Amino acid sequence: MSLEELYRSVILDHYRNPRRRGSIEGDHVHAEGLNPSCGDEFALDIAVEDGTVVDAAIQGHGCSISQASGSMMAEAIIGKSLLEVDELIHKFKLMMAIEEGENPIDESKPGAVLGDLEALQGVRKFPVRIKCADLPWATLQDALREVTG
Amino acid sequence: MTDLRHLRKDFPVLERTVNGKPLAFLDSAASTQKPVQVLEAMDDLYRNHYANVHRGSYQLSIESTAAYESARVRVADFIKAPDPNELVFTKGTTAAINHVAYGWGLDNLSAGDRILLTKVEHHANIVPWQIIARHTGAELVYLDIDEDFQVDISSLDDILDERVKVVGVTAMSNVTGTIGPVRELADAAHQIGAIVVVDGAQAVPHSPVNVSEMGADFLAFGAHKMLGPTGIGALWGRMELLEQMEPAEGGGEMITDVRLHESTWAPVPQKFEAGTPPIAEAVGFGAAVEYLQKVGMDAVRTHEIDLTRYALQRLAEIPDLTVYGPADPDNRGGAISFTLADIHAHDLATILDQEGVAVRAGHHCAKPLMRHLEIPATARASFYVYSIREEVDQLVDGLHHAREVFGVA
Ligand SMILES: Cc1ncc(COP(=O)(O)O)c(C=O)c1O
Repeated sequence: MSLEELYRSVILDHYRNPRRRGSIEGDHVHAEGLNPSCGDEFALDIAVEDGTVVDAAIQGHGCSISQASGSMMAEAIIGKSLLEVDELIHKFKLMMAIEEGENPIDESKPGAVLGDLEALQGVRKFPVRIKCADLPWATLQDALREVTG
Repeated sequence: MTDLRHLRKDFPVLERTVNGKPLAFLDSAASTQKPVQVLEAMDDLYRNHYANVHRGSYQLSIESTAAYESARVRVADFIKAPDPNELVFTKGTTAAINHVAYGWGLDNLSAGDRILLTKVEHHANIVPWQIIARHTGAELVYLDIDEDFQVDISSLDDILDERVKVVGVTAMSNVTGTIGPVRELADAAHQIGAIVVVDGAQAVPHSPVNVSEMGADFLAFGAHKMLGPTGIGALWGRMELLEQMEPAEGGGEMITDVRLHESTWAPVPQKFEAGTPPIAEAVGFGAAVEYLQKVGMDAVRTHEIDLTRYALQRLAEIPDLTVYGPADPDNRGGAISFTLADIHAHDLATILDQEGVAVRAGHHCAKPLMRHLEIPATARASFYVYSIREEVDQLVDGLHHAREVFGVA
């Protein structure tokens, strides 16, 4: 268990310079997530056209893990079809041991499966922090439920 | 400097390591560790005397009842209650405040009435009143805090008018360490006929408390923050008010007679102790206050002021660290909330945990206060009788390390 593994520079970079922060002006779906025990807040706007995520914007505040996870997530979902987003969520949750199953990450090819998001793997070893990493993803799932009705 | 380090041998858990480092337990404001004296008192009850209380006419029940009732006497004596029957055992601080909110509030509040609280209150002294306000139509109003995190009573005359029927105040904040102006509020409240409910969850464990001098009408506190077990606390109230107040819970043990459509209540305190009480927990509570009385509450307070002074000095050495609480250690409790640069409190807590240092991170059940301070979360270090300066040093080293991990220049 090393702190360096938890706080990879990629994570600190996304924490300090979150991508896609803001909101979407045009047609979009909005979802909010909250971890009542720690007070972390995350909110997401996504715009979907013809079954593809064309835009995403994030708001909120919280620890480096939750905010970096959200920032990376927002970048990762843009341009993906809803099916691909579902697949991404599934892989992320497997990587974080939130869903049961084999970790899809290929240790020999860092970044090959989930890109920057793989930096969050270290969180697995800090079980109390897994819910921080998951907050944006749970919020995304809420948003998607609204999209698909 | 009062050195209480000889007490550490009574707390077995303090010898353990965490993540390969000696444990520095700095989260006593959330719950304290337990000395063997408390564990043994509870164990002895279960092994040798245990049965339900107030019911059986056989030897074990008589012994359990005696142990339970003598714990009441001890805890009442600890806060200098004039009459041990004024001490009601509850599940904890939260339950004690709820007893007053429901028992007194539902009957005595109505639309147009006001409940005056302060912005440093714990959710336990806010949410029950919000619920009662919803039921009765009463309204909540709040006293502000000033730049030194003290409850601002400069505008008390404006806010405390005859509409105010209840004043709720913490005697010591679990976030900022602020010592609530209980005496001043009580004197002013009594002039207009309002009652004063004091959240003593932190003040009772950490400072000498005398309910007669305090001027309050009700005082709520819990055992687990003062060396005792979880699951038990107390509500002290002035007998006259307890006698008038309705029970918030009904059931066995709290009645004199039960008929099909109505019942009559048992005398105070049984009236408020529906159901089988936490018997061993009461005994543990009694053992905890006995332990604290042996140490002496003046010594406890002096020790904590020493440690707080030392901690505030050492924390001031760390660049980009902000403390949220009164500056003068003599005029505050020992809960020290802080933030460090742009490092979120949860990240701080994780990093400190790797160094064996246990601190709390978050909103500390005081979200209105956090909103007022415009911060989402703080890390909090807090002490108790067994805390030592070396643990503060370990915290400070951990915070320097956190700066490195986060690359704070
Ligand atoms: C000031 C204060 N009030 C109330 C409480 C509630 O205590 P409990 O959760 O033991 O009922 C606490 C502890 O969390 C506290 O610090």
